[in-house]
Amino acid sequence: MTIREITDLVQGEVLCGEERAGDEVACVFASDLMSDVLTLKDVDNLMLLTGLCNLQSVRTCEMSDINYMLVVRGKEVTEDMLELAEDNDMVIVRTKYSMFKTSGILYAAGLPPVY
Amino acid sequence: MDFTYHVEGGDFTNAGSTSSQVKRMLKKIGVSPEIVKKTVVALYEAEVNIVAHAYRGDIFVSLEDDRVTIVLSDEGPGIPDIDRAMQKGYSTASPKVREMGFGAGMGLPNIKNNSDILNIKSEVGKGTTIEFTNFFFAQ
Repeated sequence: MTIREITDLVQGEVLCGEERAGDEVACVFASDLMSDVLTLKDVDNLMLLTGLCNLQSVRTCEMSDINYMLVVRGKEVTEDMLELAEDNDMVIVRTKYSMFKTSGILYAAGLPPVY
Repeated sequence: MDFTYHVEGGDFTNAGSTSSQVKRMLKKIGVSPEIVKKTVVALYEAEVNIVAHAYRGDIFVSLEDDRVTIVLSDEGPGIPDIDRAMQKGYSTASPKVREMGFGAGMGLPNIKNNSDILNIKSEVGKGTTIEFTNFFFAQ
């Protein structure tokens, strides 16, 4: 499923990396615990779904080679987060939906989990 | 080649900036993506540990033909019981650290899982030194 399709499904907005909105996402991991994200081994085309919206969530994606991040609950994504994401060619999408609702929609639409 | 970086305790804004620089350097010299990832995940956890627990610290990165060795040496409270700190789920992290998405007692186990050789030395009231080595090719 493409990032654009995901964005439409969760009525979200692409905050950075619009030019990569056609990229295919293979699976999703939902977590607010960055240490847990850092344990993931196979992250090819993985999207991180998170309610943790700060510089460290972007840094964690950078270290984990995760290129796609979906921020839930309409949290504020700061300029320095966007700058760091752009430096790493990441796409950040934001939705007003909750973590549970977003997970449900994406799972029902066929996106698989990591485990 | 040797490089040194400084980390300030409590500086959450810059936590991870050393790991970011090291990642770029390892990629630039052609280290495989798997080894880059495992090295920077271990380094990032250890760097966050300095920011979260110590007053200040230095990170020394030494590159050789077949390996990278990273030493993180901090001035801080030290770890009274390293075996206990290595157990998954054991944490002494502050609420501030937890707000950042860490502090679940996974840091040291994560470092262990992502390093080929790991040594931890700590003295209560003085500080902690973590040294790990990753080889660029299967041993």
